[in-house]
Amino acid sequence: MAYLLIVFPLSLAALAFACPSNRLRPWLLPLGALGYLGLAVTAIVQASAGAVIAGLDDWLLLDALGKVVLGFLGTLYFLCSLYAPGYLQLRSERSNRVFCTSLFTMLAMMTIVTLSHHLGLMWVAMEATTLSTGPLLYFNRTSRSLEATWKYLLIGSVGIALALLGSFFLAYSSLKSGLESTLLFDQLIRDAPRLSPPWLHAAFVLLFIGYGTKMGLAPMHTWKPDAYGEVPGLVGTLLAGGVTTCAFVAVLRVYQICRAGAEAEFAREVMIFMGLLSMAVAAVFMVRQRDFKRMLAYSSVEHMGILVLGVGIGGTAVYGALLHLINNGLTKGILFLSAGNIHRAYGSKVTDDVRGAIKRVPFSGVLFLIGFLAITGSPPFGPFVSEFTILNTAIRDGQFLVGGLFLLMLNVVFIGMGATVLAVVQGEPPEKQDAHAFKDRMSTGVPILLFLGLVLMLGLYIPPALEALLREAAAFLEVKG
Amino acid sequence: MVQIIDPLLIAALALNFVTLGTSRIRAAIHAVALQGILLGLLPLFIHPHIGLRGILLVLGTFVLKGFVVPAFLVHAMREVEIQHEVTPFINYISSLLLGALGTGMALVFAHTLPLADEHTGLLIVPASLSMVWTGFLMLTTRRKAIMQVLGYLLLENGIFLFGLLLLEAMPFLVEIGVLLDLFTLVFVMGIIIHHISREFSSMSTDHLSELKE
Repeated sequence: MAYLLIVFPLSLAALAFACPSNRLRPWLLPLGALGYLGLAVTAIVQASAGAVIAGLDDWLLLDALGKVVLGFLGTLYFLCSLYAPGYLQLRSERSNRVFCTSLFTMLAMMTIVTLSHHLGLMWVAMEATTLSTGPLLYFNRTSRSLEATWKYLLIGSVGIALALLGSFFLAYSSLKSGLESTLLFDQLIRDAPRLSPPWLHAAFVLLFIGYGTKMGLAPMHTWKPDAYGEVPGLVGTLLAGGVTTCAFVAVLRVYQICRAGAEAEFAREVMIFMGLLSMAVAAVFMVRQRDFKRMLAYSSVEHMGILVLGVGIGGTAVYGALLHLINNGLTKGILFLSAGNIHRAYGSKVTDDVRGAIKRVPFSGVLFLIGFLAITGSPPFGPFVSEFTILNTAIRDGQFLVGGLFLLMLNVVFIGMGATVLAVVQGEPPEKQDAHAFKDRMSTGVPILLFLGLVLMLGLYIPPALEALLREAAAFLEVKG
Repeated sequence: MVQIIDPLLIAALALNFVTLGTSRIRAAIHAVALQGILLGLLPLFIHPHIGLRGILLVLGTFVLKGFVVPAFLVHAMREVEIQHEVTPFINYISSLLLGALGTGMALVFAHTLPLADEHTGLLIVPASLSMVWTGFLMLTTRRKAIMQVLGYLLLENGIFLFGLLLLEAMPFLVEIGVLLDLFTLVFVMGIIIHHISREFSSMSTDHLSELKE
């Protein structure tokens, strides 16, 4: 089963590469994504029923955290893939062979990261994710997208190189203590109390910076606005929801090892500090941001900050962070896809040119506005629940300073983001509009609506099955040694 | 056998400075290639009873770091017709001084990290940290894309060197993963460099400054 989850998207990648028709190829995406979602759900059900989904001598293992992430990735990818045929039809002048192949390869690599219980294998998969997303960023073939790709690859691979050095340090910390040197995750947690502290300390810093770069935490976030600003909305969603989530999984694995060892308090403080710093940096750059796609990138920096902050606060906030992982990813779907539609309708993504989106593309305009309300934590949407859980835990545990700063930052972001979003959707659209301009249509509208439906549902009602998975994963992360 | 390790490492460290101090891209490529070859040979001396797996690793590193990647870079350099890094953000003298400072700090820092008994007294850890540092210097202070790729290669060399301490304990998959990723990465970057040159008719990343706040 574990192999199937990886081989299935890989074979689809090969199929997409072999498929000769530019018109038919995009339809592989929803079909493949549906198949993958089916496999993922089967795997989760089987694992919950007590079956062990493992492979490669336990290098791959579906654990409680993996179940949540796998289910989330399957859903996110499926909804995105529904948008793909409509989008690629609009871009029919360009070959989408590499695009579709990269999308499937990326899915396979994200699956390996999720399942991986070996830090080396996880690292290789993370690097492969970076490489497979490169061609996606360069899909538009403009000098700006080239610049974004270059920065993404260079900063991403430096981050990933540091993560490798960190993995080596970690392996060395067990070698130094005379333990059998290993990068197997479960064994590291068991050995954690006996690992050599200076090496563990250095390893955590390097791994956190390395995978934090892939997550886009401040101050290693500099690739993000460029990349998210230039990619198609579809890729933006998968980057902001999928790839960053995988990097977060990597950070969580490392954090768990440190928690079990002598560096628990240090790791916790780093998580809280970096979380708040990311939120603050995002808030500063979001105020007076004229480019609404770059604004979404800073929003992603902010929410990655919320994730690590939640885990750092601990207790119920870990549950909140995991729920927020899902909420953030799905809400980013609404925002990136509707922003992509608006961008297409105006041929610009700065608020100087884009006004009155509600009048010109009513459907996308309204969804963009709703997406903004949802992501900034307005009820009754999902992010409200998860952010409130995190805040509530901080206050209840007496971490008033952290809670207060968290609340302050959320407010600044709300005001900053609100100004840009309202400028986009309100007012009179500029006069000139050529007859062939993009209009809302079913194929690029319905997927966004589905994202919205899920985000709304998670705000009002969390299905018991999901609740159980989240509780299990939170408990798994909180276990010591 | 062990006596030869430190001289090799010192030679590799000297190549750091050659790379930092030269404006000629070809010389820098050759220095990094030579460093890769030296590092590729090291496992033979560190682990005398290396076995078939180790020999394959040595061969793989030797060919990739020493020949394939440099050939690729030289090809990219010819393609875009650029020979020199003219104005780095920090001039060559300052680069060299910073490099020396970093190497010194690497020695001090490595001292604070407790080493396993069989590794004490070896230069491996400070040398690896110093390469990582030099790599960062090149990445941040050079304008030309190829020079930045070379910086990345130095960074990878440093990490590879540290990995050698774990050769016996680490599975082959991880080792080969390092080499493969290195290769593909430079490959992809090479293609991109090619595109940068077509778009801007020069290979400087200075042109890549449209996207900023």
